[in-house]
Amino acid sequence: MKAPSKIYTFLILLFLYAPILIMIFFSFNSSNSTGLFENFSLRWYTVLFQNKNIMQAFSNTIILAVSSSVIATIIGTAAAVGVDRWKKSWLRSGVMGVTNIPMMNPEIVTGVSMMLLFVFMGKLVGSEGVLGFGTILIAHVTFNLPYVILSVLPKLRQTDVHLAEAAQDLGCTPVKAFFKVVLPSITTGIVTGLIMSFTLSLDDFIISYFTTGPGFQTLPIAIFSMTKKRVKPDMYALSTLIFVSILVLLILVNIAQSRGDAKKNSKSVKGDA
Amino acid sequence: MKRKSSLGSRLVASPYILWSALFIIAPMFFVLYYSFTTPSGQFTFDNIMALGKYTGILLRSVWFGVLATLICLVLAYPFAYFISQMRLNTQQTMVALVMLPMWMNFLIRTYSWMAILQDTGIINRTLEKIGLGPVHMINTSGAVILGMVYNFMPYMILPLYSVMAKMDKSIIEAAQDLGGNRINVVRKVIIPLSMPGIASGLTMVFVPSVSTFYISQKLGGGSFDLIGDVIERQFQQSYNYNLGASLSLVLMVLILACMAFLNKFTNDEEGMVI
Repeated sequence: MKAPSKIYTFLILLFLYAPILIMIFFSFNSSNSTGLFENFSLRWYTVLFQNKNIMQAFSNTIILAVSSSVIATIIGTAAAVGVDRWKKSWLRSGVMGVTNIPMMNPEIVTGVSMMLLFVFMGKLVGSEGVLGFGTILIAHVTFNLPYVILSVLPKLRQTDVHLAEAAQDLGCTPVKAFFKVVLPSITTGIVTGLIMSFTLSLDDFIISYFTTGPGFQTLPIAIFSMTKKRVKPDMYALSTLIFVSILVLLILVNIAQSRGDAKKNSKSVKGDA
Repeated sequence: MKRKSSLGSRLVASPYILWSALFIIAPMFFVLYYSFTTPSGQFTFDNIMALGKYTGILLRSVWFGVLATLICLVLAYPFAYFISQMRLNTQQTMVALVMLPMWMNFLIRTYSWMAILQDTGIINRTLEKIGLGPVHMINTSGAVILGMVYNFMPYMILPLYSVMAKMDKSIIEAAQDLGGNRINVVRKVIIPLSMPGIASGLTMVFVPSVSTFYISQKLGGGSFDLIGDVIERQFQQSYNYNLGASLSLVLMVLILACMAFLNKFTNDEEGMVI
């Protein structure tokens, strides 16, 4: 590659990382300035860990991400299996069209529309503060579902339908044939859907902002209320911790993947021999 | 033997059907319902009539969105092309590097720009040292557009890269062999072949840019209200759900229209890559 293109690539990467690097740098600042570095200190990390709000929001976020991604994965996988077996193509394209709505709509519209539904239903049953864990859970499951369905469906298309038939011919019940034959061949799709749902749910702010109440704060919402005030480096400390954990997670996933690939390769080599 | 499609296997999708009817389709109806009613439930056109006041804000949102999207395209296109020309291992690392900032919350990333651009921020301190004086950057329209470009650029890079990586290199070589100079090869071969990537990149950047509300508040300092800010205020501050619903309806229609336009613009045979 020629030098100008290398420089250009580097500049774009610099643009993408500059704010993150500056944030990490100033999280170790001893004063509360975010423009002038004085001394190295871990002051803002201690401040952060003493903030009960943040710690509560962190555990809320994890609880929400785990429960919404698991529910979405179960309902979504079942939906993909069912849709894949349908014969009528208009039915199938109708359902897939609806599945695309949450992905195409701007997030603010998805959030607002669900809020309207919840508020209306809340008025019907006569309770004012409906917004909370229940409603945000429903919202997260809803925006996770399309990602699960769209990562499981292609795997189902790739599996040979005759395999399940063969299992049934050999005496399996349809349910047993599904768990013994179909499920193992779509596992990678299910896991991808689960991981995607989990990370989307962790990161979501806009839809959460409209579908939760004061009783249930997630980390992005806590960050939002922190940024309403003046810029302070405790936010930088929090962001640095989030960045480092994402980095570690990504590296671990990569290692796991390359190990999996290596295994597959050695297997296929054996198969060829 | 014909596969028995038992009743059970057809019913496994029913929880999802029920879920999507309740939580995808029903909310859309509620947007319509609230748009055309008063807070007490009477039918009215008032909310739709009130939209006239927001024409300026709507136009600004579209204008900022279009600008941010085009800047993203211009910056990301060469970048994606250069990545697609690298060694396969390097390509994977580069894609991971582009995705990594996306996993950081956009609130944090925007917030960081706020600190960088402010009058006492790192850029202005450096400028002062070399004697170029402080330059006012925060709370300008440029800062808002910068925020959009920064936050949504990966959504442009990734679809562009994915079409370019699949592009058959021999076609490009053939064009060069047949005497095409560099500009002609780019204009007549590379750009047409990457059209599906361009189309999905444009929608993936335009939709969040035009509907954003946080970026404009933080980097625009409240003087560059966008449609998203107005909608957010109706729901979180003034509690005028009916007006908020009609504004959301307009936003939805606007985006559908833009997507229809983009679909017409690209070849129908080639689907979008997401």
